[in-house]
Amino acid sequence: MEIKDNRLRLGSISLFLMSLLVVYPNIVLAGNDSGLDLVTSLIIATVIIVFGAVIFVADNLLQLESKRQMEGKDIKIDASLFPKDFKVSSDKLPTYIPRDRYFHLNRGFDINLEGKPENKILETPNISNYSVLPADFYGLAPIPKIVPDEGSSVLAGDELFFDKRSPEIKFVAPVSGEFVGIKRGPKRAIHEVNFLADKEIKYKELPAVDLETASREDLVNFLKKYGGWVHLRQRPFDIIPHPEDVPRDVFISTFDTAPLAPNLNFTVKGESAAFQAGLNLLNKLTDGSVHLGLDGRGEEMPSEVFLNAENVEKYWFKGQHPAGNVGVQIHHIKPIKKGDVVWYLHPHDVIVLGRMLTERRYNTERLFALTGAEIKPNAYVKTRPGANVNEVLSGLEFRDDNVRIVSGDVLTGDKKERDGFLGFFDDQVTVLMEGNYYEMFGWLLPQAVRPSLSKTFPGFLFPDLEYTADTNTHGERRAFVVTGQYEAVLPMDIYPQHLIKAVMTNDFERMEGLGIYEMSEEDIAICEFVCTSKMPLQKILREGLDIVNE
Amino acid sequence: MKDKLLDTINKFEPDKKSSPFLWTLYDGLHTFLFAPNHVTKDGVHIRDNMDLKRTMVHVVLLLQLCYLFGTYNIGHQHFLAIGEYTGFLEGFHLKFLYGFWQLLPIFIVAHVVGLAIEFYYAAKKGHSIEEGFLVSGALIPLIMPPDLPLWILGLSVAFAVIIGKEAFGGTGMNIWNVALLSRVFVFFAYPTEISGDGVWIAGFENLELPNSPVEYGWVHLTLFNGIFDYFGLATFDPGWYVMDGFTGATPLSLGFQGGWEAITEVYTQSAMIWGTIPGSIGETSKPLIIIGAVFLAAIGIASWRIMAGMLIGAIFTGLLLNLWGATPFMTVPWYHHLYIGSFLFALAFMATDPVTAASTERGKWIYGFLIGFFGMIVRVINPAYPEGWMLAILLMNTFSPLIDHLVLRKNMQKRLASA
Repeated sequence: MEIKDNRLRLGSISLFLMSLLVVYPNIVLAGNDSGLDLVTSLIIATVIIVFGAVIFVADNLLQLESKRQMEGKDIKIDASLFPKDFKVSSDKLPTYIPRDRYFHLNRGFDINLEGKPENKILETPNISNYSVLPADFYGLAPIPKIVPDEGSSVLAGDELFFDKRSPEIKFVAPVSGEFVGIKRGPKRAIHEVNFLADKEIKYKELPAVDLETASREDLVNFLKKYGGWVHLRQRPFDIIPHPEDVPRDVFISTFDTAPLAPNLNFTVKGESAAFQAGLNLLNKLTDGSVHLGLDGRGEEMPSEVFLNAENVEKYWFKGQHPAGNVGVQIHHIKPIKKGDVVWYLHPHDVIVLGRMLTERRYNTERLFALTGAEIKPNAYVKTRPGANVNEVLSGLEFRDDNVRIVSGDVLTGDKKERDGFLGFFDDQVTVLMEGNYYEMFGWLLPQAVRPSLSKTFPGFLFPDLEYTADTNTHGERRAFVVTGQYEAVLPMDIYPQHLIKAVMTNDFERMEGLGIYEMSEEDIAICEFVCTSKMPLQKILREGLDIVNE
Repeated sequence: MKDKLLDTINKFEPDKKSSPFLWTLYDGLHTFLFAPNHVTKDGVHIRDNMDLKRTMVHVVLLLQLCYLFGTYNIGHQHFLAIGEYTGFLEGFHLKFLYGFWQLLPIFIVAHVVGLAIEFYYAAKKGHSIEEGFLVSGALIPLIMPPDLPLWILGLSVAFAVIIGKEAFGGTGMNIWNVALLSRVFVFFAYPTEISGDGVWIAGFENLELPNSPVEYGWVHLTLFNGIFDYFGLATFDPGWYVMDGFTGATPLSLGFQGGWEAITEVYTQSAMIWGTIPGSIGETSKPLIIIGAVFLAAIGIASWRIMAGMLIGAIFTGLLLNLWGATPFMTVPWYHHLYIGSFLFALAFMATDPVTAASTERGKWIYGFLIGFFGMIVRVINPAYPEGWMLAILLMNTFSPLIDHLVLRKNMQKRLASA
């Protein structure tokens, strides 16, 4: 599918070249009176073009006819005279990847950083502080209504707060223990809803749901009431879906190409039953189908959990980051048009939904990857979203104190202080150096090797080199000067620079036309990384999404 | 060492509010010396090591090749006109120092005028100095005739920077290529200084009059000659004058009058390729320009699509004109057109300016092709001035937003049609 039908284009180019080959020598020779004259060579060229055109038209008719005859039958016949694929070597696919569900994305950029997680699980440190952060959910009012009283004890899965605009969607406690209160930020917005967790987490028992007999409405109410609904996310806008919307499709990406990303094949090990239950549940919620984007890079076979998943449409993607982003995959599988609503989930959120059915409890436990060159060891730890950062990192060795802790990956994650909490949708913590230093002639002769798309650095000659990155901006903000840079790293049929300009000029029509509904901050993050002018693209895009959403 | 230096420099920081001009100057120097200590916030946590300064400085570095050759060629052409030291390497010290002394004021005036305006606007608007003029300032001397009066140069740079750039909002906002705008200013305001046969060779009272004497000043006759005497080298002779029958006509004007034969009567093919011919200061040496073009395209700073499109456009138009063949210049075979004028310089350094070029990948092909097309048309058919790249590029600068608009509209229509 990634191979466009280039036949017509190549055909016309070769015809043009052929006629040029005939005409041109004659022009040169005509000067010496030894070649054919102009009229004769033009006639020859015309004959070639007419002849070629006849062949092309005939070939097209052949294909149309064969298509008509084969209609309704499950056979594909290429009746064309010409080979379909002009690529000299096509990808050699592992046997588990079917070619007709395979996308090879040529554009993208992998940021190869030091500090990738090893496939091993560290002993879980003692974590007693947890928090739910309302800011993790886009579109939530800043002051939600808190339900339990301060100091009361809750079970994991007990109702915690809700947005006053849609009170039926409940946010629930991730752990059992004491609800110790809230922490407010500017304008009295609630920043943290804090807990002291029990040593042994006690769960609220959820009612049993039979997927066979339950109606869609029952399932929606079940999810809304017991905290599962907020694990769903809607494209466009990345918000919690409106309960009245029925999604066109559901998309799940089962691999992560972001820098230092966790290996999902490792982190979902043994969760087959819950994952499948989650998929079955999602299938009941959508009119379309559930699409699974699988890792087609061929380096590692996807986990059995993904490979053996049923009731889903599987697609395979090969390419550099952001090939693993769900937004990019949606763009290639079935793009979001104006008015469409689709849902997407992280595989871990699918598992949470599945556990609500299989275990009948709200259990968000998952493996978090502890990554980045500044901490040792880089491995996984089993905990929950909302865990206290300091406690999660307590057993690790830090190389330096001047570091930044990020919940999520270095492109899209949130900066956290030591006393902060892991994000709701995250499954990774990255620790990297703060770049608050001056570098003498840094713009001309950088004193360290750093990741860059630019070939003015020798790094592109060593694709396997791992870098240690820091948070220095490496330059100041400027107006747009360089062009074509964003397009080179975004494998979508979208012009990011013009889209961003449309947002800056508040041009509503252009934003829609240039595909703002298909974009999300995580998709444009790689463009923001490579930006020579150091533009805050994610922030600008979010402004645009908010404008369009209103 | 670095920290000490940094501390010392930081002590001198002027107050931004009370003395904005000093602060701008300070900030410009500071960011030149040290990449700033800014860290990322809201958004990505790590940034690519590339910034605009580095992008620009690579173009400037590659232009140094043209500067070196241009310097020497000013002297070389001067001596060719006299008829002394006609071998390329003969009288090396005379030619090099003559060229250097001719080019230096041009370089200084272009930079002082341009940077002063840039500083003024940066301070007035309260932002830091942007790198845009680094490249423009390096390009402007290279596209001017070597004997251009400095006040005209200063005026043209001021015009280009104020009207062409600052009026639109500074670096990244301009519609027309700043360097070409300064040249086109000279072209329209003082046409006798930049067209005709007499302007491309420096150092004579009036090249078009017979036996015009050389113009040497105190520097040549006293300073340089004194040094040369001391080392026992050949010296400048104030009694030199232009060789009989020397016209200084460029290959293009010869071609316009008499086609390829007229050109080859005066210049050999290899002279035109290697660049030992009269012309604007930096545009004559084709191999050095090709090195620059290939390097810029390979490291991704200049768009290879624009270059390829322009090459195809020029070849295509050359073929068409060959077919037509109505004037002597039209019969010059297309492949000779690629090196007899400033085509390659325009292709490598002028058309590829990312700010003024089309910004979509498909648009770049169209943009390049049309520059090639119009440039050849102007070069061959325009009776007044046998070179077209400056006008073609400025014309297409004007239309590049339209090209982008069409490309984007196609993308938008595709998306909206399927909705």
